[in-house]
Amino acid sequence: MVQLTLPRNSKIGKGKEWPKPDGAKKLKKCRIYRYSPEEEGNPRWDTYWVDLERCGPMVLDVLFYIKNTIDPTLAFRRSCREGVCGSCSMNIAGRNTIACTQGWDEIAGSTITIAPLPHLPVVKDLIGDLTNFYAQHAYVQPYLKTDTPEPEKEWKQSEEDREQLNGLYECILCACCSTSCPSYWWNGDKFLGPAALLQAYRWLIDSRDEATGERLDDLEDPFKLYRCHTIMNCAQTCPKGLNPSKAIAEIKHMLVERVT
Amino acid sequence: MAGADWTDERPMSPHIQVWKWHATMAASIFHRVTGAALYFGSFLIALWIVALGARPAGGGEAPALYSTIEAILASIPGQVILVLWAAAVLFHWANGIRYLVWSGPRVGFDPKTASGVSVFNFVFAILGALAIWAAATFI
Repeated sequence: MVQLTLPRNSKIGKGKEWPKPDGAKKLKKCRIYRYSPEEEGNPRWDTYWVDLERCGPMVLDVLFYIKNTIDPTLAFRRSCREGVCGSCSMNIAGRNTIACTQGWDEIAGSTITIAPLPHLPVVKDLIGDLTNFYAQHAYVQPYLKTDTPEPEKEWKQSEEDREQLNGLYECILCACCSTSCPSYWWNGDKFLGPAALLQAYRWLIDSRDEATGERLDDLEDPFKLYRCHTIMNCAQTCPKGLNPSKAIAEIKHMLVERVT
Repeated sequence: MAGADWTDERPMSPHIQVWKWHATMAASIFHRVTGAALYFGSFLIALWIVALGARPAGGGEAPALYSTIEAILASIPGQVILVLWAAAVLFHWANGIRYLVWSGPRVGFDPKTASGVSVFNFVFAILGALAIWAAATFI
């Protein structure tokens, strides 16, 4: 269901403006989404001032600066800090990306606005609940399925067939794409979303996989696949430069081809 | 997960409130908006054609219905509606071709290309509608 406004308990109030750090020459204003289940009331926008001369180059460094020197209660996920784990995905300046590979100097304007990934239940501050997202990933059975007896050594694949997986296998499951998609916002309970569908195609196109028919059956439904209207937010926002909308178009094509 | 029946105690994170739009996103929503506009616009055009055909048997003067509709369409609000309708037709058509290319040969998915084509469709629709209006008014 399309619902453009936020529910009553989700409207964001004006928050606290935290003091500027002492002796800072180069300051950057950051507006950050705050919510804690332990506190009464709605989420709020807090304002922090970051001393850029004492801060690393990435938005993740900005968050660490705030957590370490201004407000230790700020909660966010992070792990590898080099764009492989997909933990620090969030909405930065209106676009989803991973904070560890997004330089703060690349953000236009005087203020950096940071919010959790869109349209998710918020656990705390910048942490969204991805339970549904992971369940959808599990639904597409992202592993090799075969009927023929397992070869003694390994499943072989030609170089050409292996090339088909390029642009698909690199997904780090950061959820930037799915939570950027308006179709997923309105129908996230029924539409699988770009990330799960990119994974579905990654196994559909794998020459070693023998469950192509079943996999296509599992996707043929008015919602699971066909809620993609090629809005393209997924491809626009993917921090790894992947293109779920193209993968989805390929799946639609496979479904047409098997009928004709 | 619809906002209308959000029963979660936890808040829903902001979506359209914070999102910075892409040209492709705008083109997608305008495809729908113009599609709806075409639906209503086609009634207007149908009405005009019916009025045009509604001459009394054996010829003679155009009936009052035709002059009324002609007067409405020639008025400033009528002209604005016609220009917007022409823009909607052109946008829906150009953008429809984009969807066709995506579904058929499956090309043009690169975000830069897709954004460029989206911007082109908007410009094409606006300039095209103005050109049609100018041709209808001055030629």
